[in-house]
Formats: sequence, structure tokens, C-alpha cells
Amino acid sequence: MSKYMVNLKINNIPVTVEEGTTILEAARKLNISIPTLCYHEDLSVAGNCRVCLVEVAGAKNLAASCAAPVSEGMEVNTNSKNVRTSRRHVVELLLSEHNADCTKCFKNGHCELQDLASEYRIGDHVFIDLVKPQDKVVDISSPSIQKDDSKCIRCQRCVRTCSELQSVSALAVCYKGDHQRISTFLSKPLHEVVCTNCGQCVNRCPTGALTERTYIEEVWDAINDPTKHVVVETAPAVRVALGEDLGIETGTRVTGKMVSALRHVGFDSVLDTDFTADLTILEEGNELLRRLKKALVEKDETVRLPMFTSCSPGWIKFIEHTYSDFLPHLSTCKSPQQMFGALAKTYYAQKKNINAKNMVVVSIMPCTAKKFESGRPEMRDSGYQDVDYVLTTRELAMMIKQAGIDFAKMEDTAYDSIMGDSTGAGVIFGNTGGVMEAALRTAYEVVTGREVPFANLNIVPVRGMEGVKEAKVMIKDVLPEWSFLEGVELSVAIAHGLANANKVVQAVRDGKASYHFIEIMGCPGGCIGGGGQPIPTNPEIRQKRADAIYAEDEGLPKRKSHDNPEVLHLYKEFLGEPLGHKSHDLLHTHYKARKRY
Amino acid sequence: MSRTENLVSELVEKHGRSRNSLMPILQGIVQEERFLSEEAMIEIARELNLSTADVFGTASFYTFLDTVPRGKNIIRVCKTISCHMKGKDEVIEALEALLKIKVGETTHDRNFTLLTANCLGWCHKGPVMLINDEVYPELTPHKACEILEAYMKAQ
Amino acid sequence: MEKRNLKKVDIIFDISECDYLAVLDKTILRDPDEVILDIIDSGLKGRGGAGFPTGLKWKFTKNEDSEIKYVICNADEGEPGTFKDREILDRVPEKVFTGMAICGFCIGAKEGYIYLRGEYNFLLEELKMKIDLFNKQIREKGLEFTIGIRSGSGAYICGEESALFESMEGYRGEPRNKPPYPTVAGYNWKPTVINNVETLVYVSMICRLGPDKFKELGTKDSRGSKVFSVSGDTPSAGIFELELGMPLNEFVEEFGDGDTKAVQVGGASGHCVPRKQFNETIIGFEGIPTGGSMMIFNSSRSMYNVLHDYLEFFTEESCGQCTPCRVGCQQLLKGIEAVKKGERKPAYLEELKKLALTMKVAAKCGLGQSVANPFNSIIDNFREEIIY
Repeated sequence: MSKYMVNLKINNIPVTVEEGTTILEAARKLNISIPTLCYHEDLSVAGNCRVCLVEVAGAKNLAASCAAPVSEGMEVNTNSKNVRTSRRHVVELLLSEHNADCTKCFKNGHCELQDLASEYRIGDHVFIDLVKPQDKVVDISSPSIQKDDSKCIRCQRCVRTCSELQSVSALAVCYKGDHQRISTFLSKPLHEVVCTNCGQCVNRCPTGALTERTYIEEVWDAINDPTKHVVVETAPAVRVALGEDLGIETGTRVTGKMVSALRHVGFDSVLDTDFTADLTILEEGNELLRRLKKALVEKDETVRLPMFTSCSPGWIKFIEHTYSDFLPHLSTCKSPQQMFGALAKTYYAQKKNINAKNMVVVSIMPCTAKKFESGRPEMRDSGYQDVDYVLTTRELAMMIKQAGIDFAKMEDTAYDSIMGDSTGAGVIFGNTGGVMEAALRTAYEVVTGREVPFANLNIVPVRGMEGVKEAKVMIKDVLPEWSFLEGVELSVAIAHGLANANKVVQAVRDGKASYHFIEIMGCPGGCIGGGGQPIPTNPEIRQKRADAIYAEDEGLPKRKSHDNPEVLHLYKEFLGEPLGHKSHDLLHTHYKARKRY
Repeated sequence: MSRTENLVSELVEKHGRSRNSLMPILQGIVQEERFLSEEAMIEIARELNLSTADVFGTASFYTFLDTVPRGKNIIRVCKTISCHMKGKDEVIEALEALLKIKVGETTHDRNFTLLTANCLGWCHKGPVMLINDEVYPELTPHKACEILEAYMKAQ
Repeated sequence: MEKRNLKKVDIIFDISECDYLAVLDKTILRDPDEVILDIIDSGLKGRGGAGFPTGLKWKFTKNEDSEIKYVICNADEGEPGTFKDREILDRVPEKVFTGMAICGFCIGAKEGYIYLRGEYNFLLEELKMKIDLFNKQIREKGLEFTIGIRSGSGAYICGEESALFESMEGYRGEPRNKPPYPTVAGYNWKPTVINNVETLVYVSMICRLGPDKFKELGTKDSRGSKVFSVSGDTPSAGIFELELGMPLNEFVEEFGDGDTKAVQVGGASGHCVPRKQFNETIIGFEGIPTGGSMMIFNSSRSMYNVLHDYLEFFTEESCGQCTPCRVGCQQLLKGIEAVKKGERKPAYLEELKKLALTMKVAAKCGLGQSVANPFNSIIDNFREEIIY
């Protein structure tokens, strides 16, 4: 369809844009900034906060620029007296129903409403305080996310996130008029409803109404306790995003600086979740091959294919709620975080001669759902809670600031050994398609004895930000023990964001699609777009982080999980073999059907 | 199947499973049960493939789609200006005294819930009340009580 | 300003010549464009209150290229002080159905719906029966058009057309961003004509008697007559069809109780006209337009109570999605309470008036935009009553 071009003037500056462009987009093209609150690039347009109002010549009322399309000859003023008065009123009104106790707020300094209040120099509050006492009761039922209605400005970004991006709709707009608020089903606590703890709402909440449950103080206490040995593990996606919260340009890899900073903060062992990402590939890859063998050779009908990945705890809770009949399709592998915890308090403790009882495992994750995962009753195979505390990327940035560290000036240092070594395959776990790519790099080679047939090991078809990706890999000239796979075309799919995951599961369930192996990540873009990552998020930011992940991969000397020397050593010394007894005890788990409604 | 499950499935049968059917289904439940119970909303969510929060959010928008338990008969006295001018306060006081409850409450025997409503569209014949779907205009405190007593007898 | 003397007329409820099927027979033999031209020519404007030219609405919708189009009859009469649509649907529903069928014929719609407010559910059963009969009758004429009926459930905002669509589609009745307008994307996001109950009756009349007959009444900007809902301090409360363009003083003479201090024209969202402005106020689109609500207050009434009542109403009935309306209504209500109690200085009323003006230009839909009408007109004219 050909696009018509429309000419208009904004603040007397002519601009030509495609038909259907909004005034807001046209203004941004001219670098004219218009404030927004309910608008978010990842979501549908709501047009309800009314802070982006502009004056259109000839129109009786002001227009919400996020929702108003341009038209030929339109003359827009983004800064008229009328606009300023109205905008100021809107901000004042929002503040009057907002618990503006900013210095006590977790989002202090990172709040879009606070920014606007500061921009408009709102001093004395003109209007009457409308905050209801009952709204000040914060819902802290969830170990991942807390909800404080007294901070909510009803922009509904969280509601749209939960339905449009995640197809979960744990949150909805309820009641009307002065009673209108954002609520769960019958106002139940978050931990009782279908919330997956993904934290995408937290990423998009402009104020402190939805934030992660923070465990910073608990971690400081552990660090300051001389009887404790505090181990920290860092997820792949943290290293390409942490810098954003510490004044470093988006898309910058800060792995080495982060490792140094963690030592300065006071962690006793600084280790890498990438190590267990590599380990996951060996376990999960073998699990897939075993399932294929059972299905293809032994014709075992109890084996469920396709197999789904299991590293994303938001996805796990989603499938437990929504498709509990599909639980046998999930890989039994624990997530890398949990494999790490279980090994830290067994293998690592033994090797380093530390009493596991005195060990505290802290994981730094791009994720809020990981906080819930670490507390699952299944995750105590070391005899203790395997991972004690989970901090988001944002929380780590806060700790680094609190410790007085000049992050930009940190020197690069390397992770401790053991459990600190990793390959590029472990790093790419952070991106959508990354687990699949890492698995294929290993599985293909295990089966054929040759590297995957893609230039420089980059399996391009599984990369990129498309919601659902599909790929096929022909398996030929296999090693003798894998002869049953000769000529099999391995069919895989990748989905990121739960709305896309939902589509894939539906398609499989309805028999409209058939695959052998499916990678699901609960968040848009995968872990780099996780609910614990620096705020804001948008497609451009996520792309930069994703590019940084692939750059990290290419920069590493080893890029296939089965080449990780520490992992090989781990099998030799401790685990025996993939899917062996010890693996079964420490690295695999089971799932639980939960209520959908 | 419980009574509510049966009712939901009948209504779904009648109106269909599309989102457009949600209002008639919610209205059908309220018609029979006077309010939307947790069970009813869960069943509707299941049948229409919606989230329970979404069903609750939609229902709670509408004044007549109650999500808290209500009595067998719901009395709604118009509280808007014309009825106010014609003495709705006295009518409400009389009803409160008769039913021994305050506005917003339900009698112990669960037979009556007394509520107020915004303009019912009988401004020329206020004060007015609805009992369920029936309308009673030109009330006096005495007349309102007589009408209620008739309902009480019928219980 | 052109004006007419107060004149009672009897068109809407006249059943002496109410052969609706004959009107339909006659109309569907004509070219739809011609019929639409007649409606445009008649000068008929929407009778719900907003007053958009009905014929243009039809023309825009007809011009949309879409297999599916809808005709919706807006019977979500929720404006305090208005009760005419209930009376029309009770007494002459066939005239409404006929207007809908003519509209369907003109714009190329095969389905029509009446959205009846939940408060009028007692009309439902009989209406359904009459609709069934009507559907059968027009089917026999070969007109491919079916009317259905949907109920509201107690939400004033659903009278706003896009909120009404949302409600019919099973969502919260929250107004949409405009554009797109209903003529392009209405119910189910298809081109839709949505008309008030009364408007559709005048359509039947225009098709029966021709536009010239309609134009005989009213002024240049306000053609025809209109049904008024008269309530408050009046010895003759009820429904009256009056020629448009009358001065308010004549209305007060006819309907007032001799002690009228103010008339609220257009319901809670309309304007409050004080006694001193009765002579100069014309009821019509050139003066104060109205959906027909005329509430009369005599000198015994406290205008603080009146305004308080309205603001309470808007605070509860705002859909709550947009900031100016959700929070603004609460602030206006709490604001006058605070001034009354002496917790805020009288000068705070000026701040509130400014806020009301912001709501007028900044709110997402007509509800929030119109709160300034009663607020500023009552504060301006009855400031003392608000403060003391």
C-alpha cells in the first residue's frame, strides 16, 4: 500500500510525515519533546493521562498528541498558554491522588511523575490530597513484585503490558469514577493470582506503584557477616545492561567492570551463571536427544514432544497456570540460576572447603520471576535453599552506587574459578533464540561430529526480534550411535514474550504446528528485556543489548558449551555424565499445575 | 455441576462465547443470582477464555453488576437532584427503619439489599425506586413502606 | 438572534397518523441518496444533546466502503433530568424502529441495535415483542434489516457513543480516542450511525411529510421541535414537545411556579441559567442546546446542594480513565465542600473554575468536557450560596 505524505507545522516548523503518523511522532521527528505518561512504545495507545496535550489550530479542544493523527495543513502548538496550563493541571491532579512521599519511595529519582513535577516546578500543591488510606497498604504477598496503589496514576501501562505483551491479564482496570483502580481478580494478593512474576509491568510503571521486592539490605547483611561466605552469580543479560543504570551508554558490555565492582562490594566469590548455562546445554541437549530416541526408535508414546525449554521462570509459572496439561513437555532441567545454586552449595563448597551452611548464594538477574523461583520448595536440593537472594540488575546498580564505586573507572577483571568460566554459548542465553542456538551448536556436533553448518557458528535463522521464529536443520551423515537421526529434519521454534509463547503453545495444542524443540523466554527480546533490567525499555534499547550479547559471544575464545573446560571437569570430578544420578538429584526438577482461573 | 456452573453454561449456550456476549452473560447471572460470585466469574472466564481479572474489571465498571453478595431483592432509590428535591431522604430513612439496615447493607435474612442509584429517569415523578427491574415512582415514605411490605409478605 | 414563541406541538407522540409501515413502504422505493438529502435539507440535528446534523452523519457512513455497517439507537438516557426517551420507547416504539430501518436502508446496514439503559429494563420484554413483530414485517417487505436490543447495566458514560460501543462489545464503557469517528469505525469498529431515540422519530416524520413540513418549525439553526423533560419546582412536570428557538422567560412563565430562580438547561452537564438571564436565553443550538432536560429551581433551593449533587454524580459516573475527569471531578467536589466548611478561602473557587476550564479542553470525552458548564455557571451566578 502506498503511503500518502502529510504536511503540517509544529510550532511553526514545517514537517512532512506519512499519513497515520501521530502528532507525538511527528513532533519527535522535529526533536520537539512532548511529555508522556500513559504512552509506551511497546504498547497500544491509550490517550488517557492527557499530559501530552497540544493545541491544534481551529480545534475547540486540546488533542492528546499520542493518539491524534496528523492531517494536511494542521498547525500544532506544543507550548501555548492553554497547553501549559492544562498540562500543569494534569500533573497537579495526578500528584493530588499520588502518595508523593518521594524520599521514601523505591523509585525516588527514577519516577516519570517526579520528573514532570520537577519540570513544571510544582511547588505548593494547589489541590486537595485524595490519597485513600487503604491504598497505602502495600501488597507484598509476592516475593517478586510489590504493588502500592497509593503511587498509582492509572496510566494503565501495566494492564496493557500484562494483556498485550504477556497475554496474562493478571491486572485489570476495575470499578469506575473515583473508585477506579488497577486490580487483580477480586483484589486478591498478587501471589494468589495468575501473575507470572515476569516484571514487565514493573519495567513500564512510570511511578513506584509496581516495583520489585528488594532484598538489598539482606544481601548487605550477609556480606557484612564475617561468618558467611557470600557467593554471587551473574546472569548473561546483566553484563550488557548494568551500565545503563550507572551512566554508561546503552549497549555497552561491562562484564569486566561488573566483576571488579562485585569484588569491591564485598562478595567472597564472584562467579558466572553462564557456567551453568553451558551446563544446561549439556543436560538439556542430552535430554532432547534421549526424548527423540525414545520417540523415534523405541516408539515410546509416553515421551512428549516437542520439548520446551525451562530456563525462564516467568514462562514456567505461565505454563503451570495456563497449560498444565503441557507440563510433561517441559525439559526437566532447572534453570541455570538454580543449577548454579545447587552446585554452589555442594560441589563448590566441597572444592573450596566451605561449610554450605555458612554459604550465601546471591544471584544477579535481569529478572523478577527469579526471586520467586529461588523460593520454590523444589529448589532446595543442596539441603539448603539453593539460591538465597535474587537481585535485579537495577538493585545491583543501587548497591554499586551505595558502595561508592566509580563504576566507569573500574578495571576489567575476570571471574573467579571454578564455576566462573563460560563459552559464548552460555552468554547468548540472554537473547531470544540464544538457548536454541547454543543447543544446536552442541547437539549438532554431538550427533554428527561436525560443527553446525553456519558461518562462524552464528545460527542466524534463530536470531532477531520477530515474536515467533521457526527454523529447520537437516541432520545428515551422523555418527553411528545416532543413526536413528539420519535424515531427520529437526524442526524448532522460538518465542519470546508470553503472548507469543501463548500463540506457539496454542498452535501445537491445536495440531497446527509440529516441532521437536521449542525455546520460550517469558520477556520481550528474552532476558535482555527482562523485568529486572534497567528502566526504560523499548525496542531500540533491547536491540542494542541483544547486539552486545552477540558481540560478547564472538569475543570469547570458546563458543560451544561442550568446550567449557570447567563444565567438562565438573562431569569428570563430580557429576559423572549428563542425565546421570547426581545430575538428576541436583540439576533436574518437576513442575506443579496451578489454577488458571 | 453446581447451580452457578449450570447457569453459566446455559447463558453461554444462548449468547455464544465471543467477547460481545460478555455483557448479556453477566446480566443473565445477576438476573438470577443478584450478584456475580467468585465462582460465576471464574466460570465465565473459563467459558469465554478471558482472564478472571478482566471479567471482574468489566463487571465492576457497571453499577448493576454487583460483585459483592446482595439480597434476593435489590432496592435502588434514586438519589439524583429531582428526587432529592422531592424528598428521597425521607423515603430512604423510612426504608432503613423498616428493613433495619442502612443504605449499602443487606438484611440478615438476605431478602433485601438497600442501595441508592444515580438518576433513574423519572425526574417528573420523584422520588422513585427500583425493586429489581420494577419501577415505583411518586413515592412517599408511607407508600414506599407499603410497597416493601408487600414484597416482604411475598417472601 | 432569531427566536420563536413558546409553542406546544404534537408530532412525536401523535398516533393518529402513525402508519409506520406506510412510511417505510414509501421510503424504500426511493433512492437512498435522495432520502439522505431530505434529512440534510430538513436541518435535523441530533436530539441527544450534541446536535450533530443527522443527515451528514448518515452520508458519511453511507460513503464508507464496508460490507458490514450498523445502526445503533442510543437509548442510554442517563442525563439527570431527562426521561423523554423512556416515554418515546414506551409509547411509540414503532416510530423509532422505522427510523432505524430507514437509516439501515440509506446507509446499507443490515443490523441495528437499541442500547437500552439497564434502569429501563422494565420496558425490555414488551420492546422485544414489538421488535420481533417489526422485524417480521420488514422482512416481508424484502428489506434486509434486523433490529436487536442490548441492555446497559448502570453506567451513565455508556451514553457516550464510543463508550456505548465498548459496552456492547463486552468491555468497560470507556470512551475511545477520536478520530476515528463512529461513521468510520463504530460498533465492532465498523462504520456506524448512532442516533438518539428522538432523532430517529423525527426521521420517520420527515420521511412521511417531507423536510419542508419539518422546517416549518424552529429557527434557521434549530429546525423543528423537540421533546422536553420538565422537572423540579414546577406544577406541571412531565414531557412536552415544544418548538425550538423559544426564549427561556416564556418557558418559565409556562412551567415555573412563579418563584423560579434558575433553570438548569441540558441536565447535570448543561448550563444553569439564573433569573436575570431568562429574557436573553434562547433554547436551541444558537443559544443553549439541550438534550431536553429542563430542571426548574425556585428560591427555596440551595444552589450549593444542586451543584454538590451534580458533582457527586460526575465523580461516580466518570469512567475514570482520563486524569482531568477522574481527578478533576473529585477536586471540584471536595473543593466546594472545603470552601463551604471554611477550610479553603473563597478565592479557591477561582482555582477550581480554571481547573474546570482545563477539563473542558483536556478531558477525553464529553463527560469531563462538560462539567465546566454547570460548575462555572453556578459559581458565577450563585457564588454567595456556594460560600456561605
